[in-house]
Amino acid sequence: MSPIALNVNGKTQDVDADPQTPLLWVLRDNLNLTGTKFGCGRGLCAACTVHLNGRATRSCITPLSTVQGKRVTTIEGLSPDRNHLSAVQQAWIAEQVPQCGYCQSGFIMAAAELLARKPQPTDDDINEALSGNLCRCGTYVRIRRAVHRAAEITRAELTRAAKGELA
Amino acid sequence: MSANVVTRRDFIRGGAALVIGFSLPLDVACQKEAKPMANPLNAWLKIAPDNSVTLMLAKCEIGQGIMTTLPMILADEADVDWNLVRVIHADTNPDIYDMSTGGSGSTIGQFTPMRQAGAAARQMLISAAAQHWNVSRESCRTAKGIVYSGSQKATYGQLAEAASKLPIPDLKSVPLKDPKEFIYIGKPVPRVEIPSKCDGSAQFGLDVHVAGMVRAVIARCPYYGGKLKNFDAAKAKAVPGVIDVISIPEVSNAHTRAGVAVVAENTWAAIRGRDALVVNWDGAKPEDTSDALRQRMVALANNPGKVLRNEGNATDVIAKSAKKVEADYEMPFLAHATMEPMNCTVHVRSDGAEVWAPTQSPEWIAGAVAQATGLSSKSIVGHTVLSGGGFGRRYQLDFAVEAALVSKAIGKAVQVVWTREDDMRFDFYRPANYHKMAGALDENNRLIAWHHRIVSTSIRDFWGGKSEGQEIEGAIDLPYAIPNIQLEYAAAATSVPRAWWRSVANSFNGFVVQSFVDELAHAAKQDPVQFRLALLPDREVNPNSKEPEFDPHRMRAVIQEAATRGDWGKPAPKGGARGFAAHYSFDTYVAQLAEVSVNNGNLQVHRVTCVVDCGRAVNPDGVKAQMEGGIVFGLAAALYGEITVKDGAVEQGNFDDYPIARIFESPETEVFVLTNDNRPTGCGEPGVPPIAPAVTNAIFAATGQRVRKLPIRLT
Repeated sequence: MSPIALNVNGKTQDVDADPQTPLLWVLRDNLNLTGTKFGCGRGLCAACTVHLNGRATRSCITPLSTVQGKRVTTIEGLSPDRNHLSAVQQAWIAEQVPQCGYCQSGFIMAAAELLARKPQPTDDDINEALSGNLCRCGTYVRIRRAVHRAAEITRAELTRAAKGELA
Repeated sequence: MSANVVTRRDFIRGGAALVIGFSLPLDVACQKEAKPMANPLNAWLKIAPDNSVTLMLAKCEIGQGIMTTLPMILADEADVDWNLVRVIHADTNPDIYDMSTGGSGSTIGQFTPMRQAGAAARQMLISAAAQHWNVSRESCRTAKGIVYSGSQKATYGQLAEAASKLPIPDLKSVPLKDPKEFIYIGKPVPRVEIPSKCDGSAQFGLDVHVAGMVRAVIARCPYYGGKLKNFDAAKAKAVPGVIDVISIPEVSNAHTRAGVAVVAENTWAAIRGRDALVVNWDGAKPEDTSDALRQRMVALANNPGKVLRNEGNATDVIAKSAKKVEADYEMPFLAHATMEPMNCTVHVRSDGAEVWAPTQSPEWIAGAVAQATGLSSKSIVGHTVLSGGGFGRRYQLDFAVEAALVSKAIGKAVQVVWTREDDMRFDFYRPANYHKMAGALDENNRLIAWHHRIVSTSIRDFWGGKSEGQEIEGAIDLPYAIPNIQLEYAAAATSVPRAWWRSVANSFNGFVVQSFVDELAHAAKQDPVQFRLALLPDREVNPNSKEPEFDPHRMRAVIQEAATRGDWGKPAPKGGARGFAAHYSFDTYVAQLAEVSVNNGNLQVHRVTCVVDCGRAVNPDGVKAQMEGGIVFGLAAALYGEITVKDGAVEQGNFDDYPIARIFESPETEVFVLTNDNRPTGCGEPGVPPIAPAVTNAIFAATGQRVRKLPIRLT
């Protein structure tokens, strides 16, 4: 088995694993990136959501072999560091979304992709984009609020940037 | 409150520190009052020279926010700066801790002990300052981690070493704050661990990594009580990464199954190894199927059960009534389906063991691991980690005992991973249940008789104790003033393991009672909210009662507030209708109003209004979150929840055949917390029971279809 080069969170590293191994287990067991969660193993709960070339993807049903040459972003790589959290993460904290928190990495990754595609989503957009993500604690009401809030944060940042305040 | 044997222990890295220990109640099942304990040390407050305040949290954070709630109480009485508080999950120490977390009881049980510990710390810091400055204690005051007297001031950190050498005040008599002076309690304080749950750094059970650790998955006997006949490991061992294949015995007191563990270098290899494993089971295969069980329950429901409450003569009054209402209700087994499947990491060595368990009962797990491995319980250390949901499932010992057996057999640290299918099929389920209801109205449409016969697959028949022990909660305490009331119970036999599921029997009795009272209101041609209000007795609670008592006035208040907030009596949006339910559980009053529409058989729950009275709400935003979550949890059961059995084995395996509610099914929800000075009561569970009947009562209002069986199937 020859090592497979994997680009995760901007870093390329060699991974020694069976090419059929789901990306989820490579991230968790080989790279110790445990923010991406195992929930169902069959693409039914989306706790394992990562970005593959910017697209929200269920890592539990994505074989390692199909990831070669693509950019993988996990929850650990969504923002540069803890002092510069992404708008989605800021909004999630401000709205006090998580309860147990186990599903939230997946929700945050799915919401980040939605906002990248659609900066001002409606409730229907949110319901549709996050319809595959399961939360057993029932934080959905706050998730909807937080996505709207993240959109506001991003708008405010863009406005300030346009005025040169973030130069 | 118990007598406190206070011991000073500098438990973190030595150094000068003020450490206070205090006792907490032992029995989580009834945490209404603390009981004396031989060794009461349970948690510690530490104020370090750098002014940081550390609390050892001796409860498990499972999503309910206890990691913030308890420190808030302590910080308030100690008068420390919240920004300097840090919280650490305690390791097990059965002599001093009771970390069991359940029964919606953590805040109920620890509100006063936390206050006492915080207040004692503050008194000692004041004494240290007074001695140092040679002033009277009375001249000193505190504010957010600083003691002042006249023009002098000192931080708690500066005083900590001197304070730690002073006698500790009697915790029972230490003066507590006037609640009007609370600075944190009652305020919506952001939860301490939420940032870590937004950047991937939070450590759940499955995220534990121990040097040299291997992973394992276990093939388990699909029916409870079966034995291992034989297995062929050749194909499993041929999977790259598989290290070993071993059998593990069933452990009866932990209710584990006979199993074969596939041990591997990584999780995926272990899963694939198990796929390749050939294994045969033995022993009497139960002839248990859901249909046969249902027939047994119906038969039991058609015959008298054990009478547990009997006032007046309900049977006669109903038999003679010209206006009687009769109905049968039924609900299936339910799985907990926490988002983090069961798992446990254990390292058994010759002289002891370490356990990293996402659990609600760390000490019981440590004890069970000791028993299973033959090690002394003192040699077991349980490290508590965050749990990806609990809902009662993590009270069990099975996942830890299995992991300990595997670790002992292979002589290595091991993480046993449960796939979703394992988690779904080897759960301890909410009991299946069946109810026969009858009621009678007099000529003035007043409710004069109520007869409730419960049949269920008793939790206590599985665990020991009286069959009805757990099954009558939310029914035996029917709060309505009805002259003739009879409650009966009968247990139905099954091989399926049962246990506590969020709100326990309130999850079914709440549905039945709040549905049937709605049926009676309609039969009486009365408004369902007014009908409920009229049924509440007009009596006062005993203000000196040690145990919380049902207070009809508080129930009245939540019902009226929910009706107002939820626009009861006003026309619903076009095509919609509203339903109402109110239930008392875990000493907490909850009323919910649901607004639904039904189009071509498709149900949509648009809006839920929830009003809760849980006494003093320590963290009101946390209370709201628990209600919001309880509503979605109860809604998932109402819409979809159904575990079925064939030959004693559970048929469902994943979220495709055991769906839970999704975001588009989640209604807009408003929660109103009625604040008052009553003692804090439970919040984790009471949000669950009212939602199913609120929704089905709304379905009746919209369509005329009375839903008496869950999950909801509209015709």
